[in-house]
Order: sequence, then C-alpha cells, then structure tokens
Amino acid sequence: MTQPQEIGVTKPLEREFPKKKYDELESFINSLETTKGALIEILHKAQDIFGYLPRDVQLFVARKLGIPGAEVYGVVSFYSYFTTKPSGIHTISICMGTACFVRGADKIAEKFKEKLGIESNETTEDGLFTIKDVRCIGACGLAPVVMVDDKVYGRVKVEDVDDIINTYRRKGEAVCR
Amino acid sequence: MQIKSLEELSKIKQESKGKIKPRLHRDTTATEKNILVCGGTGCLANNSDKIIQILTALLKTRGMVEQVKVIRTGCFGFCEQGPIVKIEPDNVFYVRVGLKDVKEIVEEHIIKGRRVERLLYEDPRKKEKVHTQEEMTFYKKQLRVALRNCGLINPENIYEYIALGGYEALGKALTQMSRDEVIETVKKSGLRGRGGGGFSTGLKWEITRQQEDEEKFIICNADEGDPGAFMDRSILEGDPHSVIEAMAIGAYAIGADKGIVYIRAEYPLAISRLTTAMQQARELGFLGKRIFGVDFNFDIRLKYGAGAFVCGEETALINSCEGKRGEPNYKPPYPAEEGYWGHPTCVNNVETFANIPVIISRGAEWFATMGTEKSKGTKVFALAGKINNVGLVEVPMGITLREIIFDIGGGIPNGKKFKAVQTGGPSGGVITEKGLDTPIDYDNLLETGSMMGSGGMIIMDEDDNMVNIAKFYLEFTMDEACGRCVPGRIGTKRLFEMLHKITSGKATMADLDALKQLAYMIKDSSLCGLCQTAPNPVISTMKHFWHEYLAFIKDVDHPQGEGRYVPKNKIGLKS
Repeated sequence: MTQPQEIGVTKPLEREFPKKKYDELESFINSLETTKGALIEILHKAQDIFGYLPRDVQLFVARKLGIPGAEVYGVVSFYSYFTTKPSGIHTISICMGTACFVRGADKIAEKFKEKLGIESNETTEDGLFTIKDVRCIGACGLAPVVMVDDKVYGRVKVEDVDDIINTYRRKGEAVCR
Repeated sequence: MQIKSLEELSKIKQESKGKIKPRLHRDTTATEKNILVCGGTGCLANNSDKIIQILTALLKTRGMVEQVKVIRTGCFGFCEQGPIVKIEPDNVFYVRVGLKDVKEIVEEHIIKGRRVERLLYEDPRKKEKVHTQEEMTFYKKQLRVALRNCGLINPENIYEYIALGGYEALGKALTQMSRDEVIETVKKSGLRGRGGGGFSTGLKWEITRQQEDEEKFIICNADEGDPGAFMDRSILEGDPHSVIEAMAIGAYAIGADKGIVYIRAEYPLAISRLTTAMQQARELGFLGKRIFGVDFNFDIRLKYGAGAFVCGEETALINSCEGKRGEPNYKPPYPAEEGYWGHPTCVNNVETFANIPVIISRGAEWFATMGTEKSKGTKVFALAGKINNVGLVEVPMGITLREIIFDIGGGIPNGKKFKAVQTGGPSGGVITEKGLDTPIDYDNLLETGSMMGSGGMIIMDEDDNMVNIAKFYLEFTMDEACGRCVPGRIGTKRLFEMLHKITSGKATMADLDALKQLAYMIKDSSLCGLCQTAPNPVISTMKHFWHEYLAFIKDVDHPQGEGRYVPKNKIGLKS
C-alpha cells in the first residue's frame, strides 16, 4: 500500500540519484591503487556521497569490484556505521555508553522517541529527524550526551529535549521552505 | 627539510625548546606567556574553540600577540571541570571557563597580573580554592607517562613534540641499537598490552621478528569500542606523534616497512590530528624512505573502522583491514605468525604504543621501577559514571581502587554511597566495597572476577540496580557479537532475554538457575574473547548482588524463595 503523500515533499526513499554521484564513486574506485581489501574504504566513500547505501549502490560497488552482491551486503550489514536507510536532515545521536547510561541516557532516549514518535534508526515522517543510538562518543565527562549532527549537547536533562528538538525544527522548516 | 641524524634533530630540538620555554619547568625567566586551552572532545563541546577565538581577538586588539601565545592542546584529563585554561609560566589552572570569563582573564590576569580567584578549582572537601595544578588531589597521585604530552603541547605542531624529546627514541633505536636490542629493551621493561589482554609487548614483537617472511606489518589498534573508555582517543588527539614514533620503532624491531592505523570512523578529531601528524612526520623524514639515514623505510596508512566492537579483537581487526566482515579467526595461528594477508603482523593498542618512545629513551630499568611485580609501568583509566571528578587519569600499577575513586576521583557525588565499580567494560565485572583495597594490576583484577580491559571505570552508587546494569552490558554484547559462533550469536541473545524477563518481574527461581548455567556455558564455548567474557557482568553481579536478582523473582512454585528450590545442575544457584 502506498502512503499518502504531501504535495511538494519528496520522500527520502524515492530520491533518485543523479548519474553524477555514481560517476564520483566510480572515479574514486578507479583512483585506488588496488581494490584488494578496499571494500570498506569504498563503502565509506559511497556513504559519504549518497548519505546511505541503498541496494542499487551496493550492487554498483559489487559489479565494479567483480564480487558477489551478497559479499557487499554481508559487509554493509555487519557494521553499524553503514546504513541502508536514508537519514533525515538532522541526526540525533544519543550516546548509550555506560557512563551516559548510569546517568540516565535511557530516559532521554525514551523522551526523544516519544516526542518524535519514532524508534531508534527511524526517520520522522517529514524527513527532518533520525534517531540513532551511538556507542560512546568519548565525552563521558559531559554524560549524558546527545549529539545532533556534529553539535554535542552535554549534561542533557529530560526537560531539555523539547528545546533541542524545537531548535532544529525551526531550522529544518526554514530549509524545507 | 629532512632530518637525517640525531645531531640535526638535537639542533631543531634546541630551537623549538625556546618557543615553548614558558611551559618548561616553571621557567620564571620567560618573558612570554602561554595560554593553554584544552582542545579535547569534551572541552570542545563546551565551546573551548570559541574561547580560543575570543582570546586571540582580545590579545590582538591589545597588541599582545607577540608576548602572549594561545595554544590549543590535547586533553588535560580533568574533563569534569572543562573547559580548562592554563596560564604558564604562572602555573595557574582555570576551570569551567565560560565565554564571558575570557575578557576577565585577559584584563585581570594577563594585563594586571592578578589571578581570577573565582575561576580557580575549589576543593570540594576543604571548600578552598586550589592555586596550582600540582596541589589538586586529582593530579597529586597521578603519574603521567603515556599521557606525558597531553595537555602540554599543541598536537598539530611537530616542533613542540620535538622540543620535548620527540623522535629521539626513534633516532636512537635506528642509529644506535640493533633490532634485537630494541626488542630486548621492551621485553625487559615489562610492558604488557594495554588493550586488555595484557600480553607481553616485547614477546609479541619477538615472535613477529622471528617469522621468516619478506613482508611484515605493524598495526595500531585504535578502534576503541569499549563504552566508557576514551584514553586512546585522548592520546591520538593530544599526542599523535608519540604513536607514530612508536610504530616506526616497532616496525624497525620486527622488520616491517608498512604500518596501518585502524581507527574508528566516529573519531573525526583524532583522525584529522593523526593525518596532520603523519604529514608533518613525512616532511621531516620520520616516515618514508631511509629514515635517519639508515637502511629503513616505513610508512603508515589509515584504515577506518565501521562500528563493530568485535574489531578490537586482533584477528577480527585484521579481517576488517582486509575489507571483510570483522569476524575473529581461530587462534593459533596468531597474527604474529599469520596476519594481514597471511603475513606476520604485530597488533598493538594506542596506549601500548604511547609508552614505547619513553621506554627506549629512558631505558627499561626506569620503566620497570614503576608498577608491581608482574605489571610494570602505569595505566590510564577513564573514570566515569557516578563520580565527582570524571576524567582521564594515569596512575602507577599497584595503586588501589580506593585511591583512584576517592582520592583522585573525589568520591561519589550528592552524598550517595559507593556501590560498585565496573572495570574492563562489558568484558569485565563489578568490584564492590570489599575489593577496593586490592592493588590494581592485571592479575589481581582477574582474581576479583573482573579484568583490566582497556581501562574504562564506571562507578555506580546506591541508586543503580545491578541487574539492570548487567542487562545493559548484555544488550551491548548481544548487538555487537559477530554471529560467527553459536554461543555468541544465540547464547547472548537468550541471556539478554532472560535478564529482561527477570527485570520485568516475570521470572522464577528456575530462570535464575538457567541464567547461571547459560552464562557459564557461553563463557566456556565461545570462539573469541568478546563472547567468552560477555557473561562476566552477569556472573559477577550474581556473585555480589544476589539479593537484587532475588528481589525481582516471583516464584510461583516456591513461594518461600530460594531456600526451597533445588537446582537441577551442578553449577547451582548460590555462588
């Protein structure tokens, strides 16, 4: 069943990738001295270019390297850094390191999920936010830590969650318009 | 310019020393001032970059750029009190500096020469302001070897590293020592791998050296995946050259000419500092062809990890370096015999490497004076959780947990009671009040049912429920298990499910019994260290906090509780 769509909003899933992006990836692969053992390196680059690793991109890499698609998928699915789902404009990474956990990161995560109505590794309907659990970003002195894109918020309290979301919602709306 | 001899290096050292004079040994004759601002991840998140900007701008308008230099250093370790601003040679240590405080520092301290009292650290017990870094209880008991340059030099400037004796050890090793002498020195020092296992570093080098193969590799394991440990990150961010220098020394010793740093993609700052450092090392000839004019070539490349805890295990790490799934292999053969693409490969951790240059330049005997009988030197611990002074500390082996937690760490906040400390991350176990006076070393920690691991220390207070903590760790290992062996793939999942059943109050005594049996089964039958140690949090919390497990039990068959349940296996319920 197809989901009803708002006019003017392109669903991230239906984004089509211009040939330019594939060309960029291809020239990166061609620039490598050897492709032996370079799969992870290539996937890092691909994720940089495309934002995530959809099936087509994985198959493109497989063909380029002359290896089975299953091998590429095997690597993609093994590592948590690689994602096969597009992410929203802003990624909210909630640190789930032990230091953050004992200082209440789980409650913060709950609050974010409740406020945005999504689970971890999901993206909101409007494509604005993606929630991710990350394993320790190494800023344990500031626990619990939440990172939105590259900005680190330290000593986050449950009450701060609204403010954080609103800051980016305002920014995000400006971008969408 | 390429440096080809120790004499040339020594000349550059003398020149560079002048530039960092204010920071050296409280040199009061220095006419300049250095303002050191912490550029570690924690402090950067608290605007330390903006502090540098404002400082520089203020000094510029006052025309003082020549006399007062602002330097962005690596981590000072005292993350709880960040951002940290230190002024030398005045030896003044300001903590929790906000953007609005910067102007006052410049006007009061720099111009009028008066300390800004309110920004000084206040001893929480004595309620007094502490004037110098040395007087702080946090620093008093520390001994900085691996972290010697963190918070002292600008990690992006190779000359500051050289000023403090950098690359001298490499020069010494290449021009004055044979490969075997280097290995002998490392062996004699008693240095053991700081990544967790504690295998003798010198021995590992020796085994790799003895292999007959034209091509050998040296790999730096910088895939710090242990939640709650950030020492490798801080070393790479604060002193990347020490790792590069050590890798070159190691490569010389084992006979390798290629090195790899396997680093977490989630550490962008560490990656960028390391890349800069490698570039500078190449320019000065510490990496590349004919280093120090001798017949030794060596270069390093980076490989990015992609988020898998198991890749900290050396065989898994090598698989990942080869672009494959990071699954571990059976050992033997050990990587030292058959590693990267089948060639002998030596894998050492960042902190291990950071110790190498000092061991070479100051000698094995000096290093062996620190620490205990079987664990020499110092260890960096990341203190986090319910503790007053969260941060990175380096202490000699043999210090007690009590000293670390209560003297250096400043005890438990909010007047709460200490309950337990988890050492060694998910692979370790909890240590309670009873174990606080054990001198810390590899063997003693194993005896208490925990382990050194990478050195993460999470402190818990009376509010923490230990069954929940065990469940938290199990969720982590369940997610991170590579899936190659059945105990790891399915066992950890069942273990997590049982813990979940217990914490939701639906479990019976029989479940506790099964939990314990399964925990030991996974421990004995898993393929690699990750899952062999995965049940440790469960086993150790069951041992020390049995009553917390019991509190969750709703025993329908035996309403009286544990006394009447007859366990069906030899492991039994009670520890």
